[in-house]
Amino acid sequence: MYGQDLFPLLISASLGGALLSIVTKRWEQACRAISFTAAAVVSLIGLVIALEVLLVGGQVAFTIPTSVAALGHFTFVVDRLSAFFMLAISSLGLCVSIYSIGYTREYAGRYSPATMGSLFSIFLLSLFLVVTASNAVLFLIMWETMSLSSYLLVVYESRNRESVSSGLLYVVMTHLGTALITVAFIIMWLHTPGEHSFDFSAFRELSAGALPEAARAAAFLLLLVGFGTKAGLVPLHVWLPQAHPAAPSNISAMMSGVMVKTAVYMLIRCYFDFLGVTDSWWGLVVLLVASVSALVGVLYALMEEDIKRALAYSTVENVGLIFIGLGAAMVFQSYYLADPAANAHLADLAALALIAVLFHTLAHSLFKGLLFMGAGAVMYATHTRDLEEMGGLAKRMRWTGILFFIGALSISAIPPFSGFVGEWLMFQSLLLTQNINDPMVNVLLPVAVAVLALTGALAAACFVRVFGATFLARPRSKHAAEAVEVPRTMLTGMGIAAGASVLLGILSVFIVPVIDSVTSSVLGVSIASKLVNGLVLMPPAGEFSSMSPVIIGALLLFAVPFAYFATRDLGGRRPVEKGDTWDCGTPLSSRTEYSAAGFSNPINRIFRSIYRPHTEVRTEYTSSTLIKRKISFSSTIEPVFERYLYAPVAALVIALARRVGVIQKGSIQAYLAYIFVILLVLLVVFR
Amino acid sequence: MILELVQFLLILAIAPLVTGVIRKAKALMQSRRGPSVLQPYRDLGKLLSKGSVVSNDASWLFTITPYVCIAAVTVAALLVPVMYAGTFGFLGDLIVLIYLLAMMRFFMALAALDTGSAFGGMGSSREMYISSIVEPTMLLSIFAMALVAGTTSLASISQNIASSGLDLVSPALFLAAAAFFIATLAENARLPFDNPSTHLELTMIHEAMLLEYSGKQLALMEMASMTKLVIFLAILSNVFFPWGIATGAEPLAVLVGALLFLAKITLLALVIAMIESSISKMRLFRLPNLLTVAFMLALLAVVSYYILGVA
Repeated sequence: MYGQDLFPLLISASLGGALLSIVTKRWEQACRAISFTAAAVVSLIGLVIALEVLLVGGQVAFTIPTSVAALGHFTFVVDRLSAFFMLAISSLGLCVSIYSIGYTREYAGRYSPATMGSLFSIFLLSLFLVVTASNAVLFLIMWETMSLSSYLLVVYESRNRESVSSGLLYVVMTHLGTALITVAFIIMWLHTPGEHSFDFSAFRELSAGALPEAARAAAFLLLLVGFGTKAGLVPLHVWLPQAHPAAPSNISAMMSGVMVKTAVYMLIRCYFDFLGVTDSWWGLVVLLVASVSALVGVLYALMEEDIKRALAYSTVENVGLIFIGLGAAMVFQSYYLADPAANAHLADLAALALIAVLFHTLAHSLFKGLLFMGAGAVMYATHTRDLEEMGGLAKRMRWTGILFFIGALSISAIPPFSGFVGEWLMFQSLLLTQNINDPMVNVLLPVAVAVLALTGALAAACFVRVFGATFLARPRSKHAAEAVEVPRTMLTGMGIAAGASVLLGILSVFIVPVIDSVTSSVLGVSIASKLVNGLVLMPPAGEFSSMSPVIIGALLLFAVPFAYFATRDLGGRRPVEKGDTWDCGTPLSSRTEYSAAGFSNPINRIFRSIYRPHTEVRTEYTSSTLIKRKISFSSTIEPVFERYLYAPVAALVIALARRVGVIQKGSIQAYLAYIFVILLVLLVVFR
Repeated sequence: MILELVQFLLILAIAPLVTGVIRKAKALMQSRRGPSVLQPYRDLGKLLSKGSVVSNDASWLFTITPYVCIAAVTVAALLVPVMYAGTFGFLGDLIVLIYLLAMMRFFMALAALDTGSAFGGMGSSREMYISSIVEPTMLLSIFAMALVAGTTSLASISQNIASSGLDLVSPALFLAAAAFFIATLAENARLPFDNPSTHLELTMIHEAMLLEYSGKQLALMEMASMTKLVIFLAILSNVFFPWGIATGAEPLAVLVGALLFLAKITLLALVIAMIESSISKMRLFRLPNLLTVAFMLALLAVVSYYILGVA
């Protein structure tokens, strides 16, 4: 096993990289190259470890010595589940590291590359360690390192007020989440059999029924809310569309691509590995929350005029899709465990749903990372995030356009790209359900199917809008008109992500068995032999259906050029001339083309009860009321969650703080008196 | 294998004819003589022998779109049963089919935006707006059938339903068929959603997207749309009402299947012509009412399966 030796190397290489970027901070150019090359090397090491564990098997363990025995063993273990998430982190980490070498030039002379470089190394390392930590305390330390390093990266543009306030919201939300996770871990720790231990190996014995019903339910909910905050489940998502766009784009790519997935990782581990999914209502709760998330995410993504915020909302949507799969897997698993003999097929279905979850997790890492990198490239060239200021970039930034387009195709679930395969697997796992005699299941599953179908169509509309407004037609601003292609390193980073994303979809037949080995390590049921039949994917239920992304890809790849060559000669070869767009006699300008807001207005109308749009038209007249000088139009949608959920809570907290503030006199005597009183009380209580 | 290939080619071959039949029937109902049913073939031939003009503003996307559209719709045609309940179904099921059509729409909508004309943007925006409800409606309505038949492969659905006589007829079938019919009208730019025979900027959706295409590229886009219509009619006749389709490869059964198929889609074409002659186009912002009705019907069909179970 090379992994055993490589794991310490991974840690020391990241720390070394962080140190190198601080040492070289005077030479900006070199610092950028060195820090991100180091990060790329670290990602490659991670990739090797992950692939070795996934393909060869076995596991990698690495222990750091601790002096506090009560905290247990600080061990990092790379088992199959960890390795799978390491695969996602390292492949996106590699792309983003290469991309960052060029991208950070954007900040040259304004912000220090050493800060970015060293924090990026630490952030990347903490991602790796979060998914491998095998002890609750160690996990929490790594989780905090991840949260804090990402917070510092979000506020990297520290002179930008928006970044700083978004960062604050992020750090508050993420700590609320961490607090709940900590409580959940303490509950679990209290019930570990024998001597209390924080080791995951002790937590694993909880599933044998050591936990009382109430404690189990509490742990389930605390973990869901705690990790749901990080993943961006509605209504805990509010920080995500603020913080992800505010960060530099390479960081947004990492946050949206992989950081939110660490929550998925830990939930799978806690629910399936530690607690054991025996209550069917757990899955139903997840299914419900996930359906709402998916729908809310895509609906807001459709209205957003900031390219990065649109992508961030789409992350909320995709996390929703991932959680729909997770919820379904939990429902099936619980019914299977309730009666293993009668419901054997449900074990297969749980495995199928979990495969869909992991597949979509990996796919989304790659294409969302790609899209954020693309958005970063567009901002690099145009210095704006506003969709209404872009346009015409496909001709000015040819490669960025093509790569972003691949991302858009993948996320819009166009066959045979990776987003489609994930959605197909998810549809299959939901549709195969039969014989569950629970009215709630029978209502929620079709609703989840409907949500899946609806979000698919809306996501396609969303990405037609984003791609069209950014890259097509004529430029709508001077910046866009003068845009040029971004540096090679950025294109390389995006290119690798795009290539990996395409291959993941087309070659999914070969990748699904690997994912099956991961899910079978969690669930104990392997369905690869039923699921993959040559080049065809088949859900494990006889003749239910089948699909072959490879063959579809090959057919399309054949049919497109065939159509071209066949029609070129059919009816004789004819010239293709260049001409103006039909303009009805009025010269066209960038003002006559459809804007992003105009594009999504019809959808705004259908869902107006959700958006609650507020439009305002102001007209300025000249001396005559017949001649208008200026008409200005503005349209906003109501931030429902912020206004009706968070604002009251924030107001309550502030009011409480005011009350408590009364004791804050500002005089040192008063504080000494408080300390004295507390000391007395403590002495009396704990004598 | 040969039968599958034959029925695939049949779809492509009769695609312009079906459009011709609808146009002729409409003309007759409106007391016009109308062009021959073969006119669409002549139109395509004419377009193929013409040069084309591409807008200065357009990018590579505009250039590749016609080829991608025809490729997507052709691959989709491989998955549809026509006269024999067997297809190249191992390639993909109904989900693949619907998403291949989504692929066609995705490219078409982007190409429409690409030329920077207000018409294109309008068409693209409206198309995505309608499809955001129609696509889930289609999926859900066929899902209802898939659940009833116990498979999501289109050919196996018609096989299972046709061979079990009336046993599998359930409320879901009718709800889903109604939903799918509305979706067919919306997806194929028919009245009351869109008017295929007008170029009035206030009303056009589909035509607005094709406005900048000419010559061979326009021929491809037209052919793709016509094929899509036949695919929808074939699904409607062979997935929802498959009785009569050949469930085995005996020559007689296949012949009967083929004749019945032609009869079914002629009937559907006449129904569409009759609808188009008797109602007017709906206002754009009234459409969601009808579309959400269709969506709800489809959702009810699926839920009714889960609640009521198999009949």
